[in-house]
Amino acid sequence: MIDLVGTLRRGWLNATAHIDFPLLFIVLGIMGIGIATVNSATIDTSHRMLAQTGNMCIALVVMWLVSRVPPQKLMRFAVPLYVIGVLLLIAVFLFGIKVNGSRRWLSIGITRIQPSEIMKIAMPLMLAWYFQKYEATLKFRHYLVAAGLLLVPFALVAKQPDLGTALLIGSAGFYVIFFAGLPWKVIIGLAAAGVSAAPFLWTMLHDYQKKRILTLLDPTTDPLGSGYHIIQSTIAIGSGGVFGKGYLSGTQTHLEFIPEKHTDFIFAVYSEEWGLLGNVVLVTLYTLLIGRGLMIASAASTLFARLLAGAITLGFFTYAFINMGMVSGILPVVGVPLPFMSYGGTALVTLFLAIGILMSINTHRMLVKK
Amino acid sequence: MSGFHTPDDGLDRFRFRLGFAAAVVLAAFTLLIGRFIWLQVVQHDFYRTRAEDNRIALIPIVPNRGVITDRNGVVLARNYSAFTLEITPSQLGQTLEETIDALAEIIDIQPKDRKRFKRLLDEAKNFESIPIRTRLSDSEVARFAAQRYRFPGVEVKARLFRQYPLGNVASHALGYIGRITERDLKWIEENEQSANYKGTDHAGKTGLEQHYEFELHGQTGYEQVEIDAGGRALRSLKRIPPVSGNNLQLTLDAKLQEITEKAFGDRKGSLVAIEPETGGVLALVSNPTFDPNLFVDGITPDNWKELNEHPDKPMINRAINGAYPPGSTFKPFMALAALELGKRTPSQAIADPGYFNFGNHQFRDDKKGGHGMVDMYKSVVHSCDTYYYILANDMGIEAISAFMGQIGFGAKTGIDLGKDDSGESRGVLPSPAWKKQRFKKPEQQKWYSGETISIGIGQGYNAYTPMQLAQATATLANNGVMFRPHLVRHIVDARNGDKRAVEPKPIRDLGWKQKNLDVIHRAMAGVNTEGTGARAFAGAQYVAGGKTGTAQVFSLKGAQYKEHSVKKELRDHALYIAYAPIDKPKIALAVLVENGGFGAQSAAPIARMVLDYYLLGKLPQGAANEDAAAVEADE
Repeated sequence: MIDLVGTLRRGWLNATAHIDFPLLFIVLGIMGIGIATVNSATIDTSHRMLAQTGNMCIALVVMWLVSRVPPQKLMRFAVPLYVIGVLLLIAVFLFGIKVNGSRRWLSIGITRIQPSEIMKIAMPLMLAWYFQKYEATLKFRHYLVAAGLLLVPFALVAKQPDLGTALLIGSAGFYVIFFAGLPWKVIIGLAAAGVSAAPFLWTMLHDYQKKRILTLLDPTTDPLGSGYHIIQSTIAIGSGGVFGKGYLSGTQTHLEFIPEKHTDFIFAVYSEEWGLLGNVVLVTLYTLLIGRGLMIASAASTLFARLLAGAITLGFFTYAFINMGMVSGILPVVGVPLPFMSYGGTALVTLFLAIGILMSINTHRMLVKK
Repeated sequence: MSGFHTPDDGLDRFRFRLGFAAAVVLAAFTLLIGRFIWLQVVQHDFYRTRAEDNRIALIPIVPNRGVITDRNGVVLARNYSAFTLEITPSQLGQTLEETIDALAEIIDIQPKDRKRFKRLLDEAKNFESIPIRTRLSDSEVARFAAQRYRFPGVEVKARLFRQYPLGNVASHALGYIGRITERDLKWIEENEQSANYKGTDHAGKTGLEQHYEFELHGQTGYEQVEIDAGGRALRSLKRIPPVSGNNLQLTLDAKLQEITEKAFGDRKGSLVAIEPETGGVLALVSNPTFDPNLFVDGITPDNWKELNEHPDKPMINRAINGAYPPGSTFKPFMALAALELGKRTPSQAIADPGYFNFGNHQFRDDKKGGHGMVDMYKSVVHSCDTYYYILANDMGIEAISAFMGQIGFGAKTGIDLGKDDSGESRGVLPSPAWKKQRFKKPEQQKWYSGETISIGIGQGYNAYTPMQLAQATATLANNGVMFRPHLVRHIVDARNGDKRAVEPKPIRDLGWKQKNLDVIHRAMAGVNTEGTGARAFAGAQYVAGGKTGTAQVFSLKGAQYKEHSVKKELRDHALYIAYAPIDKPKIALAVLVENGGFGAQSAAPIARMVLDYYLLGKLPQGAANEDAAAVEADE
């Protein structure tokens, strides 16, 4: 008996050796809210709560597996993953399937894949690997090479066109370069150039992208067209008030006024039913998640681990901020899901994979130091 | 040492940048929370209202339109329930075209039904159901019911339709309803009824239906329903029932109306009969008539073309829109004017040579050689023109026009037909002032005293509607107490049966002297016993006052008028005015038969029929005959 208890104890310790419990509890907190909200959003139609719970279980397994892989091993995946990602993006550019006017998918016999999804992880992995490789001899030209590594996939995805994903990939890469020490004057110079080039960039945007930005400035110009999403989601949020309409009682949600309510616009559902208090709770959880991620990055033992942890953590921020900003009407509508809230298996697996990397970085640090 | 970094240098810089990123994250999330506070606290009331507006739709419930009955309760306009096949476009399982094609396999759907549906669809909101077919037969309803499962968003509904059970009878009085147009919407808006017409798709277009639109319509009820984003109604939250429109009880006698219309046969013309004591219209005929039922569902282009382009112009209400010279029916009013103004005494006589010379123009009497010595009585009974040429010349145009204007000639009577009084003609009461306004060139604007002469016999510029003539006759029959002619006796509240009288008071008492009136009454009775109306009124069991008249359509320029040598359209209009019984008249009327020739010939027999029925209950056989022999009688 004593032996059995001891075996179980050792087994448990071994299994959870690479789990970062603060991070896990924060993520499970957000996931709990997310699954409840998916239930509310789909209770009248497709009943997705169990499916999303299943997705989460699979994603947790992925997280657990990844957390056990030491960062040094992860580094080995950087170059192959990046190269495969870029090749697939080129394949999409040449042979991709066009859906709703944009070429995002690649058919591989039985199923279709979206290579831009791979790039979300491959990009920070690749750049972190690159800076790690030249850590000792870092020169300004390395930043230029890094910028080139960033721009190729960015341009391929933006060309599809999928501006939302392109921005996420681009920002993930930029965070790595930023944390690697890109000089401030270059950052400020780039920002200034960006602002002055804005009118020129504007002409490069597709009509539907221009329309989204114009609609953001004044949604009422197109209340039944592209302004509809923003108008209905801001009505949902505003009508929620301080305390919300109560779980399962949001009229905007249950009378189908909110579009894509279990995916990109799930925040409107949550906000309508839980009000300002619910929003503060959710934003606090995201802040804790990001705080924990930044702590892990700060304590990481190698440059690769630091850069990767920092970029992944700011990636969560980017997703959350763009999504909530878009749903509440202060950012243009781009297809970005709300992390750990929006329904969707692939996105959830990618997110937990990222969490697994963070855990791996945190837990293997101690081993290295020993 | 530049360019060389120790790992610790890099770590410090990295941690500083982490701190910077954390600050950016906190700032961004603070911005978000600020946005939430703005939406959920500051603007909360606004968005709560928006959410409520989103989810609640008011579905109007159209009230029953008021029923129109005649003075005896005979129904002239009512509503009947019929099955319609309706499509709610937002709920369809397949496309609209596919749905209609599939429906056409089990129910007869004509191209015109599709056309109408398209038009309705353009005007509709998406959660409304729109009729594709109206008036389904029982077997069509059964066929559809059996296949209903195939057609989500399509249903059979019972709806109310307007129906005019007597068809053509009194169509010009009733008017008709039709689909609301842009112009109607403006009218509804001007009457501040826009809210009440949500859901209403028909409104009165002419006649009583239009004049009393806002009485007949009723108060629209509504149902508050919760709807989803697709416009589907989910559940009812509240229901305010509609209030039916008010019913109209007319002064019109439907049977009299029907008999009168039959009496016209296929002749064009008009008859207006008025109850002198009240001004209530007993019959209002304009022939040809039309069937108002054709308009209820939206008239087909073929029917519309036929009605609109017919040479007899059945859509024109001759009783209030046709202006005709009154001819000799003007003479009794001239005679009364002479007495009232002291221009003649009853016994004052003239010697009639058969003409009256004025300047170098000779005004001729119809009777060659003249009527001999003519006093006032004889002038009316035998319709002596020379008497009235001289009288008109003595009175002068200003006096004539002032007197006639008082009896309503040349002014809208204000009959309750059409929108306000816009549908009614004013006619022409000639006067120097009228002429000045009517013509542009100075030489045309001047009134010549020669023009006054033919005014005396109801010719010249004189032009009045049958309604005006009937009103004047009724006023004469009522000894100068004048009423506004009206068709509605009571507006009956549909909820409690309360009656509101429409015309309780006379508009004026002209203050005519009874002894003068007696002279005219006696003369007009003489017309029917020994004068121009004697043949038409032979054997009448009551004493009726009357006067024949003939209005020239075609100037003969001095040639002798030979009826058969003139084309039908150019034949004179026949007129007749009458009232009876003479001592206490119950009915006064004016008849006009277009191109009917002499009044005694075709107008007087119709008047006889009307009076026989109204006073004695005698039913005529078919149309009134033309009295060919009367052609020879004096006019």
